[in-house]
Amino acid sequence: MALQAIAFYVLAIVTVAAGFAVVSARNPVHSVLFLILTFFSAAGLFVLLGAEFLAMLLVVVYVGAVAVLFLFVVMMLDVDFAALRQGFARYLPLGGLVAAILSIEMIAVASAVATQGAARGNAEPRAAGADVTNTEVIGRVLYTDYVYFFQAAGLVLLVAMIGAIVLTLRHKPNTRRQVVADQVLRNPKTGMRIVQIKPGEGIGE
Amino acid sequence: MTIGLVHYLAVAAILFTIGVFGIFVNRKNIIVILMSIELILLAVNINLVAFSVYLHNVVGQIFAMFVLTVAAAEAAVGLAILVTFFRNRGDISVDDASMMRG
Repeated sequence: MALQAIAFYVLAIVTVAAGFAVVSARNPVHSVLFLILTFFSAAGLFVLLGAEFLAMLLVVVYVGAVAVLFLFVVMMLDVDFAALRQGFARYLPLGGLVAAILSIEMIAVASAVATQGAARGNAEPRAAGADVTNTEVIGRVLYTDYVYFFQAAGLVLLVAMIGAIVLTLRHKPNTRRQVVADQVLRNPKTGMRIVQIKPGEGIGE
Repeated sequence: MTIGLVHYLAVAAILFTIGVFGIFVNRKNIIVILMSIELILLAVNINLVAFSVYLHNVVGQIFAMFVLTVAAAEAAVGLAILVTFFRNRGDISVDDASMMRG
């Protein structure tokens, strides 16, 4: 039990510290790397809770896809990031005050809910059934009761993919592309022309 | 020394607050704002999973999966808009983004 507590505190402190580094780092590349660390420690917290499937999903989706996408964009855009940090010190006091109040309120609500709410009797975390694993439990519910929501989630991803492609696709005017219709419509008449060349002049095109 | 529901909720609350704080202090930098939104959604996911595990009800984890899906879609579309904006303006300052004026 003590080992679990130590693991929790290590992961929680790393999660919070890396999360703070994300918003306060000077270099956005460092921000993205700290974001990866945050997601990784949060996945560790999920493993500690017993939600192994979501932990692996977090590593695969966030660390593998979203954070790498962020890294690509940060490195691709040639932006003066020092200019974008203007106003950091100006908004720091007010932002810090609001954040402190918000944090205190949410922790107060959380402790009230944990001691008085619906979960007060269940001291033992349980993410799996008596004889089935966490992944199996999720699969049994996801593919039966929530199958329409599952399909809708797939549709959301499809729409997002098409949207991202449409937004970033651009046709450069001076690149030569294959136009299949032109190739099919080509026949000996249009594909060849006979030029009369006077001696000593050449075609001159 | 036992770790209960309140510990996970406290971590999620602090992470959520850090996300809101990041949006406050990095008002000009869209990339950091998008990362702050990801932090907020991660805090929401921690809340959902913690409640799911301590209420012995798997539906919370299903919902966390859907939140994850929407977060990934949001990041993709948001970064695509950012790249398009950068191509048009040569800059990503949020203050310039009001040029369309509704």
